[in-house]
Formats: sequence, C-alpha cells, structure tokens
Amino acid sequence: MEAFTVVEAVVAPLDRPNVDTDAIIPKQFLKTIERKGLGKHLFNAWRYLEQGGQRMDNPDFVLNQAAYAGARILLARENFGCGSSREHAPWALADYGFRVVIAPSFADIFANNCVQNGILLVRLPADVVEHLFHEVAANPGYRLRVDLPAQEVQTMGDSRYAFPMDAGHKHKLLHGLDDIQLTLRQEGAIRAYEVRRRQSAPWLFRDE
Amino acid sequence: MSAKTLYDKLWESHVVHTEQDGGVLLYIDRQLLHEVTSPQAFSGLRAAGRKAWRIDANIATVDHNVPTTDRTAGIADATSRLQVDTLDQNCAEFGIEEFGMHDKRQGIVHVIAPEQGLTLPGMTVVCGDSHTATHGALGALAFGIGTTEVEHVLATQCLWVRKSKSMRVWVDGQLSFGVTAKDLVLAIIGRIGTAGGTGYAIEFAGPAVQALSVEGRMTLCNMAIEAGARSGMVGVDAITINYLQGRPYAPMGKVWDQAVVAWGDLHSDPEARFDAEIRMDACTVAPQVTWGTSPEMVVDISGHVPDPALEKDPVRRKGWRDALTYMGLKAATPVSAISLDKVFIGSCTNARIEDLRVAAAIARGHHRAASVKAVLVVPGSGLVKAQAEAEGLDRIFKEAGFEWREPGCSMCLAMNADRLEPEERCASTSNRNFEGRQGAGGRTHLVSPAMAAAAAIAGHFVDVRDWAVH
Repeated sequence: MEAFTVVEAVVAPLDRPNVDTDAIIPKQFLKTIERKGLGKHLFNAWRYLEQGGQRMDNPDFVLNQAAYAGARILLARENFGCGSSREHAPWALADYGFRVVIAPSFADIFANNCVQNGILLVRLPADVVEHLFHEVAANPGYRLRVDLPAQEVQTMGDSRYAFPMDAGHKHKLLHGLDDIQLTLRQEGAIRAYEVRRRQSAPWLFRDE
Repeated sequence: MSAKTLYDKLWESHVVHTEQDGGVLLYIDRQLLHEVTSPQAFSGLRAAGRKAWRIDANIATVDHNVPTTDRTAGIADATSRLQVDTLDQNCAEFGIEEFGMHDKRQGIVHVIAPEQGLTLPGMTVVCGDSHTATHGALGALAFGIGTTEVEHVLATQCLWVRKSKSMRVWVDGQLSFGVTAKDLVLAIIGRIGTAGGTGYAIEFAGPAVQALSVEGRMTLCNMAIEAGARSGMVGVDAITINYLQGRPYAPMGKVWDQAVVAWGDLHSDPEARFDAEIRMDACTVAPQVTWGTSPEMVVDISGHVPDPALEKDPVRRKGWRDALTYMGLKAATPVSAISLDKVFIGSCTNARIEDLRVAAAIARGHHRAASVKAVLVVPGSGLVKAQAEAEGLDRIFKEAGFEWREPGCSMCLAMNADRLEPEERCASTSNRNFEGRQGAGGRTHLVSPAMAAAAAIAGHFVDVRDWAVH
C-alpha cells in the first residue's frame, strides 16, 4: 500500500450530503474479481449521460470540468460513504487518483475501508467545509496541501486547519502497513485465546 | 463489578490483545462469505501463500448474482457467472463449506446463517456486507467489513477494531395491529437520521422489542446500518432460545444446556449506562413509507411528500430538492396518491417466512392492480421457499398475479437480472432507496411486506390498517 505523508493538489467539490457507496460505484461494477480498473466507473450515474445508446461525459458533473482535472482531493458534505460495505468504493476513488476526502463526517465502514487503501479522510467542522466550498467556487484550480504528519490542511494563503486522526490509522497510513503481518505477530495470543474459548464455549467450534 | 451493556459483554469476551495505542485485536467467531466481496480476499491469500486460519469458522453462499428464475440452465450473464464460479472454486481450494446455487439451503447470507443455527448468541459475526448487523438480533456482535478485512479474518481469525460508543433505543408500548418491525425501524431512522447512529453500536430494547419474534428483531437490527450504526443488537431471552433450539448447526445435548446457561447473561445489566439513549413509544408508530433517496426521508402513510422550501438547513434543503427531482415527486403530494409500477417483496430485511405470511394474508383473494407491471416475491432462502410452499403461500401469490421466485438478493440491489427500468416506481421491502439502487434511474419507496402487498393490489400506497379492517 502506498504510504501517505503530504499531498498538495487540486480540490474537486461534490456538493451533496449522504453520498452513498452505491453512488460512488454502482452495483454493475461490483462483478469484477479484481481490485484495479474501477476509476473510470467512479460516480458513474452522475458522471456520464446515455443518449441514443451512446455514453458521453455529463458536462455538468464536476469531474468532467477542466478546472478540476488532476484533482486528488475531494471536498464533500456530511455522512460521505454511507450504505454498503463495498470496498470497491475506495478502490474506485484511489484508482481515479483521489488520495484525500475532506468532509464534516464519514460513515464507519467506508472510513475503515479507506484506511486499508491509503486514502486519508479529513474531518473538518461543517463551517470550515462550507468555507472551502466557497473558496473552490471562487478560485478556479483551487489547491490545498494536506499534511498528515502535522494533521493539518493548509491553504495556499496562510490558513491552517487542524484535523483529528486516530493514532493507529495515522501510523498505518504513514507507513503503508499490511495488517495481516502485524496481526500474525500476535499468533501466540490468538492460539491461547482459542484454547480458553474451546474450554468455556465449545459450541463456537464446529470441529469440536 | 460495574454494570455492563450487552455490547460491553460481547466486546470484552472477544479481546485477544490490546496495543499500547488502544487498538484492540478482536476474535471473530463466524465469517460469512458471498461472491461479491470475497474474490479479492482469496486472491490476496493466494498471492501471499496463506491458508485460512480456521476453516470451520467460515461459511459461504451465493446470493447477490444468482438468478431468481429457473436456474437449471445456469447464469446467463458472464460476469455474474464468473463471480459465482470463483466463489465455488475458492471454497473448494480453501476447504470452506458452501451452500452453492443448487443447494436447498442456499439463500441470502443474512437469512441462512440464523436459519441454520450458524449465528449463535455471544458470537462475533462478520461478513463483507453492511447488513451483517442483522445477526445482532440473536445477541451477537455482528458488523459489516470490507474485502481487505475479509482477507484479514480468513488469515488470522481476528480484526483490529475500535470500540464504538453505545446507544440504546428503548421502545415502550406495543406496535399496533398492521404495524411491523420494519415500520418501527424506519420510524427510528426518520427520527435519528441516516447518520444518527454513526460511531455507535445500537441496542434495541424495551417492551415493544421484546414482544417481537426473532425474525422481527432481525428486521430491526438489519437496518441499524441505515441509521449509520455498524451493529444493532437485542439481548437474549426465551424467544431467542426457542428460535435456536433444534437448528442444524446449533449445539445439542449437554453442550446445548451449557450454552443456554451462558447465553442467559447476554443482556445489558439493569444499571448499565449508555453513551446515548433514545426513547420511542411503539403505540405512536404508523405504517411508514419513504419518499426520497435516503432511508431517513420517511413519513407516515397518512403524510405528505414534504416541501423543501420549509427546510431551514441549506444542505438538507438541497438534498430534499435533489431527492424530489430524482423521485419525480411534487411537494405536498399525499403518500396515498403515489402509484406504483412494480413491487418487490424480498431482501435480507424482509424475506423470511413471517414476512411472506403477512404479505400472503394481505394478497389472499385479491389481484394486483392492472397498472402494476410486476410483483416479485423472492424468498430469503431455499428453506423459506419450501416452507412457504408447504403452507400454500406460493399459490396465494400466484393467484394474486405475483411472481414466485427462487431465493437471492434480487431486486434489493439489482446485481442479477431483476431490476427497475429508468423512472419506474417501486414499493420495496428492502433497505435502501438510494439513487439507482434497484436499477439505474429506478425510484424506490421502502415499506413493510404488508404495505407492499397492499400497494400491489391497490396500485398505490394504502394504509394497511384500514385494509385489515375491510
């Protein structure tokens, strides 16, 4: 997994609350047995238009507008990533090129899945997010700098916004760690737990 | 000893290791696998040369992609077929038991595990599916995970998890005749919002919850995720124990007796404190109908589509406007004036035998309205289907002009061939009314099975409480 330190990039605004994972990546793209290649289907229903059986870019959708070309930071509203647990949502965001999503709040399962895929979720107060939406609208090509070690969003002017971060998640993102290796260091503890549980609750083991 | 919540008890009994930074390695008793969120997990294991840590802790089935029509010819769609075949191959390679497409026990993963006694009180249960919360109805700690975590559980039988805050939704009184667990949970989501439970594990409790069958409790816990909570749960009581006794994978004999004693403690202590408490009165809950594109956009059957102009918060106002545009609805339309093109009775929320009995009781002796193009009844499992047929429910549905299908997720998320066409309007017993959920451009109204069946016959939403009278 790609380690995360600092990202400075164009910000794309997605001005809707409760953006669900069905909207991020619709079900017809969940039939893949691969992790890669989902970026072209990101926000499929909003991003493309069907006309006379032809698929074309929807010019009204933010990712199709020149000002946001190369955006790696997504600015969103509250409860981003709600709904289904599909990890295809962060896979699609990452495959498109997003490394950061900024919003007032995120859904729990989505937030977990992002950490597994090197995507940093930045929680900022709703009034700060509102302010950033205005800044993006007023300044074409608006950029932000997101500094994970410092836990700060920095504007190209002089504003800085601190964001909260779970210490474990921060460590994992900074180092791009694979959890399984880390967990297997506890192999002895897992085995010992299983021995105790086989004694106290044998019905939990179908091979008993 | 301080008083504990049910969530505290379930959590503490599964802690394997605690890191200095507070991260907890939690033991997972049961992992449920399906074809959509597992292929990349198995590839990851294979690439790293890893085996499954504990084969018997896993159980697999195919549900999202399977056809609900005749299956003898297999799956027509090549990508759906590949996913189903891939699960079959992965289970064979790693030695995991699977209820395949032609197994009588096949069905929606959240229906079959409780039905088989594979979900037991006191367990931690995970699945690469957000509706895993369903299993909390049996006094288990159950939550949805992503594919990387599916691989992690396969490899280690554990997960790194942060403890959530606790919320109790206490429901006094009794649900009125014609009002179901589905209406109750929609009313709860309408009250606390689709993010109201984010960061929490929700325990549903109180007289109205205790009066529910295990199947009703599953409907309640199933939609905890629609309130933002990864887990929903209900304490164990005699109803839970009676439900489990004699199920194929439930313990038997002395071990059963031992288990029942242990399960007796799986409820919140009377003095336990919760981080948040919500109180509801079941008597005030009416049949619910969603009008928008989020489950929190819900009103009573006697209500109207709301007017965004009356909403003060600008972000919410825009959300309501977008929803009405997508749904093709005008503000102030009475809910009972909304007419339907299709009806779907099924999903992990409402495809168990009790749901089908209620729907059949409404449909008996009637016929779907001429304006309703199709009514799909999709049982949650092969065994639910067999039971319904033994009770003659399939005949009632067919005589009413409803289609009687094979088990699977079907039009809850339309990964198989069952879907809405653009702008088609559907009364659905499923759990999500998101844009495009039941098919690109499709418009979903979430309701209970009774309300769905009544709408199929009337052609528009009707108050099933009046229906019950005439």
